[in-house]
Amino acid sequence: MTAVVTKAGAAVLSTEDLNAYYGAHKAVGDVSIGFDRKAVTALIGPSGCGKTTLLRCLNRIHEVGFDARVQGRVLLEGQDIYAGDIDPMAIRRRVGMVFQRPNPFPTLSILDNALVCAAKGLSRNEKMACAEKALRSAALWNEVKDKLRSSPLRLSGGQQQRLCIARAVAAEPEVLLMDEPTASLDPIATAVIEELIASLAEDFTIVAVTNNMQQAARVSDRTAFMLADETGVGKLIEIDDTAKLFTKPSDSRTEDYITGRFG
Amino acid sequence: MSVKYQRLGFRRAYGAFGTMLALFCAALAAAALLAILGYVVVQGIGAINWAFLTQLPHPVGVPGGGVGNGILGTIIVIGIATLMAVPVGLLTGIYLALFGRGAIPEALRFLSDVLSGVPSIAIGLFAYAVLVAPLKHFSAFSASFAFMMLMLPLLVRTSEQAIRSVPQTVREGALALGMSNFRATVFIVLPTARPAIITALLLAIARVTGETAPLLFTAFGSQFWEKNPNNPMAVLALQVFNYAISPYPNWQAQAWAGALLLVVAVLILSLGARLMLRNAMRGLDS
Repeated sequence: MTAVVTKAGAAVLSTEDLNAYYGAHKAVGDVSIGFDRKAVTALIGPSGCGKTTLLRCLNRIHEVGFDARVQGRVLLEGQDIYAGDIDPMAIRRRVGMVFQRPNPFPTLSILDNALVCAAKGLSRNEKMACAEKALRSAALWNEVKDKLRSSPLRLSGGQQQRLCIARAVAAEPEVLLMDEPTASLDPIATAVIEELIASLAEDFTIVAVTNNMQQAARVSDRTAFMLADETGVGKLIEIDDTAKLFTKPSDSRTEDYITGRFG
Repeated sequence: MSVKYQRLGFRRAYGAFGTMLALFCAALAAAALLAILGYVVVQGIGAINWAFLTQLPHPVGVPGGGVGNGILGTIIVIGIATLMAVPVGLLTGIYLALFGRGAIPEALRFLSDVLSGVPSIAIGLFAYAVLVAPLKHFSAFSASFAFMMLMLPLLVRTSEQAIRSVPQTVREGALALGMSNFRATVFIVLPTARPAIITALLLAIARVTGETAPLLFTAFGSQFWEKNPNNPMAVLALQVFNYAISPYPNWQAQAWAGALLLVVAVLILSLGARLMLRNAMRGLDS
């Protein structure tokens, strides 16, 4: 077992010998990794290396898929979220997620999307305050404050993604998972989201999957490199401070990848 | 090697021939439909007036009269059928869409497909056997029962499709916020699928509106303003059938008029369904 390496030993969230399966296929094998408090950790690696699957194990959304299983432990503040008496819904409220493609709820207004996770029984004013706070934290308030009642589908892709971030942030999670949050966005919308990630990292622990190495270098404090072995099982190759991983990686496979020799 | 087309003239001519052939066949199909519609309109429009829509049928030999009771009966029979078919069909569709793997769901799908292929007269006979013969009288309810069986497979398969067409990411988005499966389904997935489900319902209603065979030995028909579903009831499609095979020109004209009403009703339902679907598509694509 690889030791759980974190910068200050202050992992909010960590995995121990995590294995994830789709039916008989093992997509992630024996991954032990820790995520530092209020830091941005980027997961990079070629397509099919299991980075999205690993991410989806961290809020128990992996098991929603058909015939999907998880083995091993994931510790959130020291508590195993896969223990038998744990309610996955409670875990998902503490570990928020932003998906690869913006997925606002199409039948709810912009306002109601931001309020999906708001507490029950708030007054009208309290609701507005709650929505404004969430939308401001996603840097979206100024763009939507005059059309809160309209459909989120009328927003641009970048705005929709920020609405999804607002929706996740409104639940006040401890950890925010992001699955290639800018994969479907243009460079300008991507820059806005990247700035947003930096500001969110003041309050949240962020784990972001990205296919874009420049993005990982720009936004993350720590970077983990994953690679599938010859049987297609995704393995963690190394995790280190982003600056070090991109300049002096300890594994030759990491170096091959970041210098563009494959993947 | 040359990258130019070989035998360009022949290829162009062959392509044009294929296009013409396809256009001709499409025109043939459209012409058949338009001919039926046109013929029904020409034959039926003359007998349509306010009295025809609102009055009871007159006895043979007495001019005038209408199919008001048949229109009312059609609404009652289809209304009861819809009330019975929607909960069962929708819940089955939800079950198949969300938990639809394995032997039992596959068997359900197969049975549903078989049911949709059963001739409507056989379904009418079944309704007769279980609801008319034992009770020893015809009833509108037995007709609703038969119509429900005709609507069910359509509703099951189309609502399953409608729910499946809601992107998985929308459902996962709801679950990832800590919603329960039940809340995610009822408050997020179903509303997203609603336009497509309503479209399916309209098409299912259109499908049974013109059904006549099951009515012959269930609703049976009536000369009165019958409103009690436990009694025999007039239904428009049945009146069209009875008038059309009668030897009286007055009744035959009314049969055409009744047929026209049915065609218009189906046309409106289909147009409504298309509009609903178009709006739903616009919502999901952008």
